[in-house]
Amino acid sequence: MGLESLFTVREDVLIVRLSGELDHHTSEMLRTEWKEMLANHSVKHVILNLEGLTFMDSSGLGVILGRYKEVLELDGEMIVCSVSPAINRIFDMAGIFKIIRLAENETYALAALGVAS
Amino acid sequence: MKNSMQLEFLSLSENESFARVAVAAFIAPLDPTVDEMTEIKTVVSEAVTNAIIHGYNNEPNHYITITCTIENQEVQLRVEDKGVGIKDIEAAREPLYTSKPELERSGMGFTIMENFMDKVEIISNPGEGTIVEMSKQLIKNKTVYN
Repeated sequence: MGLESLFTVREDVLIVRLSGELDHHTSEMLRTEWKEMLANHSVKHVILNLEGLTFMDSSGLGVILGRYKEVLELDGEMIVCSVSPAINRIFDMAGIFKIIRLAENETYALAALGVAS
Repeated sequence: MKNSMQLEFLSLSENESFARVAVAAFIAPLDPTVDEMTEIKTVVSEAVTNAIIHGYNNEPNHYITITCTIENQEVQLRVEDKGVGIKDIEAAREPLYTSKPELERSGMGFTIMENFMDKVEIISNPGEGTIVEMSKQLIKNKTVYN
């Protein structure tokens, strides 16, 4: 199992695609990679595509909220897309959608940030 | 019919997924719904993560014990560590409260456990460790009659 993360830069948007399971164990490596990508590329916004994510617990919330704070410091926005009903419930419980916009899929998320697809 | 199992494993983060999968396999004969299975796996993950990060301060050489009992479509889970214990249980249960903000903890662990299970009890004393006892009644009859 484990977690697979794929990072792509489109204009000033960092796209993070996750598949597998995001828990305390896998969030540690993701945090390091994600922080590096934000620091080493001239990006402002983040699209978090969770299409392939089959499991997430509160450790996942922690790493996402941590990067959300970094994106705020860049004056950017974070959009999360392709969220499964189970993960949606956890986001909802933590009030995530009050601060992070939800998009149906990556195409809509890119359009919302003004990136031509 | 009643059935019960006990698992003991080291406080390594690698074992979080092992614990989830083992409990899921044990309760599979009860034929839980997809939602119920996700809920059980999530609460196991939360309790084991708490034991590793908070109970044992991320030290990898301690043991965590999970006991799972199933009886009449009810799942009872007990996750036990012999770690530092919780000073203020009420605070720990508060949504978004975390004693370790520097580790980017969301503080949602107990809130998720309370939302996904029927009952959550925390027994803890500083210096002695923590026991989290949870139970959930699964939907009894999933047969769909047409």
